[in-house]
Amino acid sequence: MGRFARIARRTFLVGSAAIAGGVAFGYYQYRKKPANPLSPAAGEVTLNPYLLITQDGVTVITPRAEMGQGIHTTLAALVAEELDVAWDTVRAEHGPASATYYNIGVVRAGLPFADYRESGTHEFVENVIDVPGKFFGVQVTGASASTVEAFEKMRKAGAAARHALVEAAARRLGEPAAALTTADGFVIAADGTKLSYRELARDAAEIEPLRDPPLKDPATWRYLGTSLPRLDMEAKIAGSARFGIDVRLDGMLYAAVRANPRLGGEMKSFDATAARDMPGVRKIVDLGDGVGVIATNTWRAFTAVDAVEIVWGDAPYPPDSAGIFDEIAKAFDSRPNATLRDDGNVDKAIAGAAGVIEAEYRVPYLAHATMEPMNATALLKDGRLQLWTGNQAPTILRGQAATIAGLDEADVLVHTPYMGGGFGRRGEYDCSNQAVKLAMAVPGTAVKLTWTREEDMRHDFYRPAAIARMKGVVGAQGPVALKADIAAQSVSRALARRAVGFAFPGPDRLLVEGAFDQPYGIPNYQVNGHIARLAVPVGAWRSVGNSYNAFAHECFLDELAAAGGLDPVQMRLDLMAGVHEPSRKVVAAVAEMANWAAPPADGRGRGVAFTYSFGSPTAQIVEISQQAGGIRIEKVWCAMDVGTALDPRNIDAQIGSAIIFGLSAAVSGEISFVDGAVAQSNFYDYDVLRMYQAPDIETRILENSDGISGTGEPGTPPSIPALANAVFDLTGRRIRELPLGNAIRFV
Amino acid sequence: MKLTVNGATHEIDVEPDMPLLWVLRDEFGLTGTKFGCGVAMCGACTVHVDGRPRRSCVLAVADVDGDVTTIEALARPGTLHAVQRAWVEHQVAQCGYCQPGQIMAAAALLDGNTDPTDADIDSAMSGILCRCGTYARIRAAIHDAAGKMRGA
Repeated sequence: MGRFARIARRTFLVGSAAIAGGVAFGYYQYRKKPANPLSPAAGEVTLNPYLLITQDGVTVITPRAEMGQGIHTTLAALVAEELDVAWDTVRAEHGPASATYYNIGVVRAGLPFADYRESGTHEFVENVIDVPGKFFGVQVTGASASTVEAFEKMRKAGAAARHALVEAAARRLGEPAAALTTADGFVIAADGTKLSYRELARDAAEIEPLRDPPLKDPATWRYLGTSLPRLDMEAKIAGSARFGIDVRLDGMLYAAVRANPRLGGEMKSFDATAARDMPGVRKIVDLGDGVGVIATNTWRAFTAVDAVEIVWGDAPYPPDSAGIFDEIAKAFDSRPNATLRDDGNVDKAIAGAAGVIEAEYRVPYLAHATMEPMNATALLKDGRLQLWTGNQAPTILRGQAATIAGLDEADVLVHTPYMGGGFGRRGEYDCSNQAVKLAMAVPGTAVKLTWTREEDMRHDFYRPAAIARMKGVVGAQGPVALKADIAAQSVSRALARRAVGFAFPGPDRLLVEGAFDQPYGIPNYQVNGHIARLAVPVGAWRSVGNSYNAFAHECFLDELAAAGGLDPVQMRLDLMAGVHEPSRKVVAAVAEMANWAAPPADGRGRGVAFTYSFGSPTAQIVEISQQAGGIRIEKVWCAMDVGTALDPRNIDAQIGSAIIFGLSAAVSGEISFVDGAVAQSNFYDYDVLRMYQAPDIETRILENSDGISGTGEPGTPPSIPALANAVFDLTGRRIRELPLGNAIRFV
Repeated sequence: MKLTVNGATHEIDVEPDMPLLWVLRDEFGLTGTKFGCGVAMCGACTVHVDGRPRRSCVLAVADVDGDVTTIEALARPGTLHAVQRAWVEHQVAQCGYCQPGQIMAAAALLDGNTDPTDADIDSAMSGILCRCGTYARIRAAIHDAAGKMRGA
């Protein structure tokens, strides 16, 4: 904590500033296009502090949530590469909440354009979106955008710092900078004289940093493109890595809460008489929409909150899943929110065709079920609030906390420890807001709020349930028409309402992503999104709209292939030809990996699926076998194009992770509603894949795309339809509703 | 009530039905052992009691019938257990939250069986969930650690 507070103070300094114990280097870049009038107002992008040179190495500020994706290691490598330091002297720290660390990549991911059609999109982003993005200054981890967004920014931070260090050495030695080289944290002169970065740091901080320092030729990269040991690995296997739930402070108390299981419903009354006298209970707190118990130990708080009798109001949505799905289906009756794909004339093509294929797909709500239950620790003392909580959006969280506590944002300090999983759940502030209210009830004393697994499962912001109505026509050469109508609650509007209080109008890309933005040259091709008006809390869940649209879209393509007697791999290759070559190549690659040309062994079936998401075309083939007790998922092959692979072993880990995440949803993931409340409550009724079910996974990383793209999410979407298509291949059963485990048994 | 944890014996005064997990985490500050579900469904809380893996979230402290070892004391200070070394070698952890439980379960498995089959690994490890899906690397790391332990 002490160390953290020091770093936090540094961010208030302007320019490159020397401070006790270290030196902070700033790197900032004004807009390259001075034509934009908002540019000067980018005074808020004053300093972009990514680097501290310490007595024993360098600490890179890696201002993205480390929730398992290895982002701290990769972001640190971007700086270390250009700075030229030894990897074993590098450390990473998340750093403070700050608008400086805005993530424009997240804003980009919400734009209503198909990314693979690049022309025009970039210019729009540069001219219109980037500046407001900086202006809003939202620090968010999500949309698989961290690496993309940091790729240039953090390398330049390292390069600018190296330049200043060399310049400082040049002045000290009286030699031209061009005569000096660097290696492993030293500036080296032609005569062999070595000056450490540490001893040069103070002088270097006085030198104006280059705004646009030259970057290394990627051919000379030493760290980037290689598989580095993760900076957090040893702490995580020793049990010493500190997650939010592990925070310990002097005199700290522990809390549990109970909120209405009918989500969004009111609390009518409560009786805490029994709880008040239980062992270790210090305080009962009326949270307005729930009750908190503060005690001397987490288990005592859990036990006591169970003893509070609460009268809850009704849910503001239909009380059961059937009624909720009826409400979603009603959205088809209204005009689409957007038609982001409308090629040819799909209605005409369908009206004039024989053998139109129609199908309806349905997916349920899903919980994030992070292994670390939601938790937050808060301390209100001397007019300042400190918060410790795993989070993906520290600046928004800070704003919410400040409002609740009646403080200026400057008096709220957010600490972001390791996260035991995020998947989108930790971009929310419900739990931290409760912790703030609890801390306000015991000023001067820190309170750690931990949710039970049941509270966590039943108070999520769920992946929305969705219905997709598909129509298509297939000819001898492939699909000639495909029309998709998709109905679901709007995640982007829900996120915006919670973060800034209102929803942005306009086309909702997330509603239809994974369907409208796929690189298929189908001549008559239309995708419509219909927003379902429901008050079930929904949020971002690993790959967001892609997670359900890929299922409908890729299973329906499989249906078209089957109806047309076409090979589903060759059909996709043909549809992509001349549309997007990197996508075609990942499909070809995965077919080769799985030896698709040869039929599967007896008793086995295979399915293929493809999704272009977050800039990364991703193709997968799933192979399953029929066992005595049910179907076993044997193997998954995955080819993904990431443009530039910064850390292949970590990308392999992300792909495997995303596949297991998707297959867990496909096999058993389902949140349903009974009497207004979520029916599931723990891992016994919301199970995920376990060791004995986990398939072998083989990955191939391609670099045919320009630039760089994200890898944390794109592995999830195709895994679900690839499995469903494999089930069709093996059993002949076309299952159009998730989870598949409701229809067939998996072992 | 006496409780021996990581070689030190403590006199504790807590409710006898308090799960061992919360004694370790909140009373002793041994936060390496994780809370995941509270009902023995996820295994994040796995510790050793007399060398055998136990789910500490459902084990009442009064029912602890042996010496408790947590992730913090799996290896001698400043060293790593063979399982932990294999975990580093294979870069297993992602978010890392379940890994103390995974490592304690794997260490207990290898304590009695230094040549586990895949079925043995399924049986010993399927009670411990990983939402990051690190299962393939866990399996490889266990085989690797077993090989090194046999060779040692």
